Parts: sequence; C-alpha cells; structure tokens
Amino acid sequence: MATNRQAAATSPWRAPIFFAILAVLFILEGTVRNSMFSGSWNTSLAILNMGLISAITALGVNMQWGYAGLFNVGVVGFIALGGLAPVLVSLPAVEGAWSAGGPRLLLSLLIGLGTLALAKITWMKTRSGWIVAAVLVIGFFVYRWLFDPAVIAIEANNPSRNGNIGGLGLPVLLSWLAGGLFAAIAAWAIGKVALGLRSDYLAIATLGIGEIIVAVLKNEDWLARGVKNITSIPRPVPYEIDLQSNPEFVAFAARWGFGAAEASGIWVKLCYMLLFLVVLLTIILLAELALKSPWGRMMRAIRDNETAAEAMGKDVTGRHLQVFVLGSAVIGIAGAMMITQDGLMAPTGYNPLRYTFLIWVMVIVGGSGNNWGAVLGAVLIWFLWIKVEVWGPTLIGFLVTPLPDGGFKTHLLDSAPHMRFIVMGLVLLLVLRFAPRGLVPEK
Amino acid sequence: MDILNALVAFLNFVFIPAATYGAQLALGALGVTLIYGILRFSNFAHGDTMAFGTAITIMVTWGLQALGISLSPLPTALLALPVGIAATALVVLGTDRVVYRFYRVQKAAPIILVMASVGVMFLMNGLTRLLIGVDEIRFDDGARFIINVRDFREWTGLQEGLALRTTQVLTLVVAVLVVWALFWFLNRTKSGKAMRAYSDNEDLALLSGIDPEKVVRMTWIIAAGLATIAGVLYGLDKSFKAFNYFQILLPIFAAAIVGGLGNPLGAIAGGFVVAFSEVAITYPWAKVAGYLFPDWQPDGLLQLLGTEYKFAVSFVILIIVLLFKPTGLFRGKSV
Repeated sequence: MATNRQAAATSPWRAPIFFAILAVLFILEGTVRNSMFSGSWNTSLAILNMGLISAITALGVNMQWGYAGLFNVGVVGFIALGGLAPVLVSLPAVEGAWSAGGPRLLLSLLIGLGTLALAKITWMKTRSGWIVAAVLVIGFFVYRWLFDPAVIAIEANNPSRNGNIGGLGLPVLLSWLAGGLFAAIAAWAIGKVALGLRSDYLAIATLGIGEIIVAVLKNEDWLARGVKNITSIPRPVPYEIDLQSNPEFVAFAARWGFGAAEASGIWVKLCYMLLFLVVLLTIILLAELALKSPWGRMMRAIRDNETAAEAMGKDVTGRHLQVFVLGSAVIGIAGAMMITQDGLMAPTGYNPLRYTFLIWVMVIVGGSGNNWGAVLGAVLIWFLWIKVEVWGPTLIGFLVTPLPDGGFKTHLLDSAPHMRFIVMGLVLLLVLRFAPRGLVPEK
Repeated sequence: MDILNALVAFLNFVFIPAATYGAQLALGALGVTLIYGILRFSNFAHGDTMAFGTAITIMVTWGLQALGISLSPLPTALLALPVGIAATALVVLGTDRVVYRFYRVQKAAPIILVMASVGVMFLMNGLTRLLIGVDEIRFDDGARFIINVRDFREWTGLQEGLALRTTQVLTLVVAVLVVWALFWFLNRTKSGKAMRAYSDNEDLALLSGIDPEKVVRMTWIIAAGLATIAGVLYGLDKSFKAFNYFQILLPIFAAAIVGGLGNPLGAIAGGFVVAFSEVAITYPWAKVAGYLFPDWQPDGLLQLLGTEYKFAVSFVILIIVLLFKPTGLFRGKSV
C-alpha cells in the first residue's frame, strides 16, 4: 500500500453507491423472507448495530494503519479492556466487597505501578541492572503480599453471586469514555516500548498484549468474575419488558402493524442504533477535521516517507505514539459500547480471529486511510460474516448433492461453518493484491 | 534437607518439561528466523502452518493405524511425518507463488508482507479447521513412558517419583538431529551457503549468480519442514488443538527475537530461554522448597505467576529484549 498511495481519479459516486447497496442489503434482510434473508427487522437491526460497533473499531484501526502505517494486532485486547469499563463504572457497588479488601487491593496495585516507575527512575539514575532487579524483586514481593489476601477476601465475598469488586454505579454512557481511557493507557505503555523499533515489533508486541489482557479478564475473578461472566449491565435504553407492559407503546406498535414483543425489540435496537450513530459520526467528524489540519498532513507525510519527514524535523516516534494512543482509545470506546449493548461481559468470547483479524479485513476491504471506507468495509464485512454462516451450509449442501452419502459428505457438511475463515482470508488476500486501496480509496 | 528428592522433583516438574518445550519452541523459532533472514518479514502464519502440518500428519497417522501399521514402541506419527512435511511444503510453496512473490517482486514494505501473512494465516486456519475440526486430539500411540513414577520409586527408594515420557525423549532426540542437519546444510552445502550469502547481502548474492527464487523456495521448504516437525512434536507431547497453535506464535516470536531475528543459533538459545523462564516462573515451588527446607512452612504455593499467565512471561522477556537489546542476544538483524 505504501507503494501506491497516490490517488488515481475515482468517481465521486463510488462511496454513495456502495452505501446504497449496503442499505438495500439491510432492507432485504428486514423484509424478504427466503433461504437467503431472514425477513425480520430484529435480525437486520441487530446485524446493523454490531456492524456500527465494528465500524467504530475499524475507525480506530484505520487511524493507526491508514494515517500512520502502524500495524496493531492486539485489537482484541483493546476491545476487551474497553469492555471492562461498563463493569467497573456502571455496575452498582457490591455489598461488602470494598470493605473486604478494596483499599488493600488498590494499595497493592499502586505499589505494583510504583515499583515499575521506581525501577525506571533507578535505571535512569544509576544504569545498574542489579539495583533495578533488586527494586523489581522487592516490589514484586510487597505487591503479592498485599495483593493475594485482598483478592482472596474479595472473591470469598458471596462467591456464587458476586465475588468481584463491583462498580461505581455511575451512568453507563460514562463508561464508554472510561473504556477509551483504559485502552489509551494500555496503548501508551505498549507504544512507549515498541514504537520507534522495526515495524514488525509493534505487531508482535500488540499480539502479546492482546492475549495478556484477555487472559487477565478470564482469570482475575475479582475484576469482572472471570469466566463466570457478569450479567445485567445497566442499559442506557429502555428494557423490552417495560415497553411491552406500557399500553401507550403497545397501541403505538399496533398502529404500525407490529406485535408488542417484536416492536419492543425493534424499538430498543433503534435506540441503540441512534446512540451508536451519534458516537460514530462524532468520531468521523473529529477524525476528518484532524486529517485536514496541519497535524493530519504531517501524519500522512510521516506515513508516506518517514525518513523525509524526520529530516524535516518531525518527531516521528512521538507522532506515532500519539496516533497509536488515539486509535486505541477509539477501539476501547467500541469495546465498551459492545458490552453495553450485550448487557453481558463474557471474556471467553474474545477470540482474536473474530476481534482482531476480522476488523483488519474490514479496514483493508473498505479502503485504508479513508474513514468512510472503513465504515463501509466494517458494516459490509460484518453483514457477510453473519450471513456466510447461513449461506455457507446451504451452498455446501447444494454443492455436495451429487456426492454419494457417506463419511466424506457428512464431514464436508459438518465443516461448512469453518468456511468463514477461508472466505475471509481469501477476501483479505484478494483485496490486498488486486485492489490495495480498497472499495473507497483514500482521496 | 533432602537434596536428592528436591533434585528429582526439580527434574520431573521443571527441567524435563522445560527442555522439551524449549526444543519445540526452538524448532518453531528456527522457521520464523529463517523466513525473516531470507524474506525479511515476520511470518504470522507460522503457527497455523505448524497446525496444518500436524493436522495432515494426524490424518495420515489415522490412515496408517487403520491399515494396522505401527511403529511401536514409537508413535506412528513419526512414519506419517514425511507425508505431513511434503504436504505442508507444497502448500507453503503455493502460498509463496500466489501471494508473497508478487510483493517481493514489487519490493513492497515489509509490513505489507506481514499483512499478507495474516491473510495466509486465516486461510491456513480455516483449512485446518475444515480438515480436522477444532476439538482437542491426542494421537500419541506406542509406549507412553520410558521411566514411570512407580518404577522409579522402586529402583531408587526415593519418596519423589520421576516420569520420563517417550514423547519427551523423542522431542529432544528429533530436535538435536534436525538442528544438526540444518546446520550441516547451512554451513557445508553449496545451497546452504547460497542461503546464508543471500541473507547477509542480497545484492552481492545476486551479483555472484545466486538464483534468488531458488533460495526462497529452499527457505520455504525448510521452514515448512521445521514447522511440521515442531508442530507434531508439540502435539505428541501435549495434544493437538488448532487454537493452541495460534497462541504458541507469541512464545515463538519471543524466542526468535530474544536470539536475534535472522540468527539460527539465536533462535535455539531463545527457545530455551523462553521455555525455562516460562516453566520456572509458573511452577509452584512449594514442593521443592519443602524438601530443601523442611522446617519452613510457606503459606502459599510459592508460585510467582499462575499458569494461565504463561504468555505474559514470553511477553515480558520480549519487552525486556526490545528495551535493552533490540537486536537480540546473538546480534540478529535490526531496523
């Protein structure tokens, strides 16, 4: 991509046409019921909402890749970290958890961070590996001595229902910002180490941080109950059950020809859609303004020729760190939004293939460097990802009809769900090779 | 103080598992480092190449078992291994021809090649799932133990038992043979020398009449062989699960970078550094300490980090190396 960034003239109608096609697909999904579409507005809107969240994630990745050429392979970690925010910010406080070990836990975490900072200062001052090692070892044992009993006490607090530290009970929308902040802090730490080295090192380091964040969420029960999951995260929109028992809403739904149950689902999803659209458009607006500013021109100059930009006195590593933190914050916001929509925090669901590499396919297909392209790619690929699950078995079933019944045929039929990965790999490779600038190229 | 029992416990729970794991990582890291040295990009598809090779080997093993052929007391998978290597080499050469060569000719930025390797990873992952599914598979047949715990206790009269599994010895023996063969090839044969020359200085190698495409093909074949062997050994020792092979990518990269990317000797050292740190940090030392200091009753398990966080160990090693010695312990390539 770096080799052919120079824009060839493309039709200004390209993006609107693709978005129109996308709209038609969603309308078909909502209205037509056949072997390809479900004909349910609830399904259609559910896909769209998740597509919008993916679009925000893709915007974050696009900032890092499209603006600066940074390859982040730990997207799943930043999404997961963002997802932690609704749990810690918006859940009500757990009775007895804070008094069981809260202050001690907080102190131990502070000591852990303090140890790292102290080690860094010692290194700067003395340049002696032994003293730094001693600081780290002592700090580690103090940290564990404080941390372990606190965690045991918190996890012993009503373990069947809670066993976690609980939240602050603040409005859930606030947690979206907190999610961005969490991801930004992690990105700063990782960027500080890996940026400025070879370009692949950042990729490998982010791959690691992604896996570690997911491992922490799975295993630290005090934080978010680990694999026992957190349910009933507060919602910013009404509950279906309340709508169904509201006679005004039922009458309103009947006027449009919907049953109360179906209409309440649609209404809730529309509310979410509105919220997501507001966030998405705000981020796009800010991103576009930034891109058109001198800062944006500098970012693109750095991306296209680092050496030249550095010779012009630009702080390449510093700018990279900036854009890496910003992009990760956007990814974190998307993670928090996803958990809010699901109302459930289930760390086992954070699969890197789904949350890192699929997002990458979205960005590349949409057109790296172009915000609208990233949005288009995200919604389109998400739609296909969901529908291929339905279409794949049908297609395979059709293809294998001439084969005789037997082990091989059943094997092929059973493995049809795995087709998704092959299709996505193919799409990524084909776009990378034949249309490296994506569906909606950078202007 | 009971040094003998402590030593046996240490051997049994730390040294032998770490040495085995280290050998597996070293083989994986060798593949990554060779690709890096010749093609100059980090191959993210390496873990899934290992999985693919192992999957083919398992399927051939099943075929052999169905025919009643076995290699008892050694696992049948050894017989199937050449087929697995050949199939993987073919697939990998195919991906080079179809995917990577285009970018090589174009002289694209390394990061584009990394991204293409992510696409290949997706493809390989899907292919492996399609072939063999996502479940955990055990395919080690033949004798399970060379020394088992009960016999060991009877022979030595010690309280602590020692188990030495066939797969562990097999891993170490095969790894030593493979590494020996690889170094012989790189240092003694004309093709191996051509590869090293190409890795050191591409332009000079071209001027000396070395055919780059031939070097690249050879690299892929060797990398496929190393990946399949590493994958099969890992699968025999633990078990085969496609997702684990994706996760092992991080320790493998850590090993290759610790040793210095592009340096084969470094990859081997790096593999053992990562494996020993990982096992030593996640092992609960209470048992060993109990033998050494019978009077001391520690509260916990003396485990520095839970086993769930073993990837954090490779990650921290990686960070330390990146911070202080980005070229690795053995001076690999940088920038």
